[in-house]
Amino acid sequence: MHALSEIKEGLIISLQAIRANKMRSVLTTLGIFIGILSVTMMATAIEGVNRAFEQSASAFGSEVLYVQKFSWVGGDDWWKYRNRRELKVEYADFIARQATMADAIAPTVETVKDAHYESRSMLSAWVTGTTNEYQNASGTTIQDGRFFSQEESDGGRPVCAIGANVAETLFPSTDPIDQTIKVGGYPYRVIAVFEKQGGLFGAFTSDNRIYLPIKSFLSQFGTHHEVSINVRVAKSADTEDAKDELRGIMRKIRNLRPGQEDDFSINQQDLLTNVFSSITSVIAGVGFFITGLSLFVGGIGIMNIMYVSVTERTREIGIRKAIGARRRTILFQFLIEAALICLIGGIIGLIVSYPLSLIASQILPTAMPLSVVFLAIFVSLLVGLISGFLPAYRASKLDPVDALRYE
Amino acid sequence: MNNDSVVINLQQIKKNYDMGGVEEVHALRDVSLQIHKNEYVAIMGPSGSGKSTLMNIIGCLDTPTSGLYEFNGTNVSQMNDNQLAKVRNKEIGFVFQTFNLLARSNALHNVELPLIYAGIGSTERKRLAREALEHVGLGDRITHKPNELSGGQRQRVAVARALVNKPSILLADEPTGNLDTKTGEEIMALFEELHGKGNTIILVTHEESIAEHAHRVVRVRDGSIESDLPVEKFRQVVAHS
Repeated sequence: MHALSEIKEGLIISLQAIRANKMRSVLTTLGIFIGILSVTMMATAIEGVNRAFEQSASAFGSEVLYVQKFSWVGGDDWWKYRNRRELKVEYADFIARQATMADAIAPTVETVKDAHYESRSMLSAWVTGTTNEYQNASGTTIQDGRFFSQEESDGGRPVCAIGANVAETLFPSTDPIDQTIKVGGYPYRVIAVFEKQGGLFGAFTSDNRIYLPIKSFLSQFGTHHEVSINVRVAKSADTEDAKDELRGIMRKIRNLRPGQEDDFSINQQDLLTNVFSSITSVIAGVGFFITGLSLFVGGIGIMNIMYVSVTERTREIGIRKAIGARRRTILFQFLIEAALICLIGGIIGLIVSYPLSLIASQILPTAMPLSVVFLAIFVSLLVGLISGFLPAYRASKLDPVDALRYE
Repeated sequence: MNNDSVVINLQQIKKNYDMGGVEEVHALRDVSLQIHKNEYVAIMGPSGSGKSTLMNIIGCLDTPTSGLYEFNGTNVSQMNDNQLAKVRNKEIGFVFQTFNLLARSNALHNVELPLIYAGIGSTERKRLAREALEHVGLGDRITHKPNELSGGQRQRVAVARALVNKPSILLADEPTGNLDTKTGEEIMALFEELHGKGNTIILVTHEESIAEHAHRVVRVRDGSIESDLPVEKFRQVVAHS
C-alpha cells in the first residue's frame, strides 16, 4: 500500500514535470524514440531475414541428403570440386538398390530456360529434370493436380509441374492444369502446381521452377548438365547413419580405394542453416551494437536532463524531505520520471516502427514479432532506470537543510 | 508541569561546522532547553546567532555534533536519515517564511503530501486534507494552485499541511516574513487559535513584535541561550532597553 501510493505520487509528479517542460521532454524523448525505432527495425529485419531463409531452406527438406559434385560450404576448395568427375544419373538406380536407410531417391538436373504460354512468358525460369520420386525426396508440396507418375517419368512424357510464381506469371487468370506451355521451345502439359514457398526472392524454392521428367529433359536439353541426387532418409533411420551408408555406396560406385579422398559431396539443409545462422548472428551482433549506440546516446540525454531536473528542483526535494519523504521516496520519484520519459519514447518508437515493418513485409516475409514489442518496452524502461539512477541517487542524498536553502 | 509532558528536551547540544578543516564554526555551544506540551515558545535572535541551526536540530532536519536530544522521550540525536524522515513526517509540522508549497500542485495535493509519505490511503487522505484546509478557512480554495492564492492564503495552506498529520509540534520559521503587516497579524491570530486548541508551537523569528505573540521567549546569541523568559518579563526587558 505504502510503496504503491508512493509510486502513484511519483507518476503524478513525473507527468507534471514532463508537462511543465514540454519542449525539453520532447527533445529528450526523441533520443530514446530514435534508439527504440532503430532497435525494433533491426530486430524486425533480422527476424524477417531468418524467416525468409527458413522458408527457402525448407525447400530442401530436412531429411533429404543431396549427393553432388560441389559442397554447399567450403568455397575455398572450389578448384578441387571443379576437377571432380561428374556424377551420373544412373547412380540413382544403383543407390536405390544398395541403400537400406533411404526411402526415396531422385536424380535431378537443372538448367535455365524461357517458358511461354500463349502471349505470356517467363524468362529465365529454372528448369529441373527429375523422376516421380522427387516429390518424396524434397521439401516441396503440391497444391493442385498431381506430380508425374512412374510411367510418365520412365517414358519421358511431355508433362510438367510448375512452381507458384511460374503459375502466377503464365496463368494470371486461368487454371494452369492441363494447359500446354512451351519450355525452351518444347511443349509440356501442366499437371501440377506447387504450393508457394516464399523465402528470399524464391531462392532454392520451387516457386520459380518448372519440373520435367528427367528423360525428356535430357533428350531435349542435352546430357551435359550437372547431376544431383536427392536421397531421403527413412523415418526409422538415423540421418548420420544414412549418410555414412550413402557415402560407402558412393565410394563403391566411384571405385575409391581406402584412404582415397571422397570425390563427391553429401549436402543437407543443416549445412546451409548452420552457415546462415552463423552469418546472421554476426549481422545481428553488429547491428544491435550500432543501434545500441543510438540508445546509449539517448540514455546519456536522459541522464543529462535528469541532472538538470534534480538541480532545478533542489528546493522541492528539500520541501519533500522536510515533510517526511525518505531517501527511497525521492530516489523512486526521479527513477519513475526517467523511466516514464523513456517509456513514452519507446512506445512512440513502436507505434512508428509498426507501419514501417508492414512496409518491410512487402519484401521480407515478416511482421514485427511480439517478442520485439516486449523487448522494446523492456529496453526503454531499462535505459530509463539506468540513466536515471545517478541523478536520482544524487537527489536522494541531498541534505534537507541545504536543499531548503537552495535558491 | 511534570516531566511527562516534555516534548522537546535538549541537553548540552553542540553543533560545529567544519569549514575546510582549519577552523570550526561553533554554531551552537552547550544549548539546553525544554519545551512542554501546549507551550507557545518563540526562539529569537539576530541572524548568525545560531537560531536557524537550533531550529534545524529541533526540526530533525539536522543532527547535533554532541549532546542529547529527546523528542517525546525518544533519543533522536543518533537517528539515521530514514528515522528522522519519519519523525519529521509524523511529529513535526513545518511552516516556512517562503511558504514552500509545490508550485505545480493545488492546495489539496500540497496538504495531502505528508499523508502520502505517511502511507495513508487515498480516500482517507483527501478527507483529512480537506478538513485541514477548512480549519484554516480555505475550504473553498482547495483546487487552487499556489500562484492563484494570496500570500496569506498560501501560508494558511502551509499551516494546513503542517497540521494535517497531527504533529506534536508546529515549527514556524519567520512565518510572517514574506507577508504584509495586516496579513501577518492574521497568521499570528491563527497561531494563537491553534495554540488555544492544544497545539505546541515553536516560532523562530528575529522580530520582537512577532516574538511577543508567544508565551515564552528564548533569546539566542552567539550559539548560546542568552535569556529564557515568560513573555510578560520579555516585554519589560524590551521596554527597558
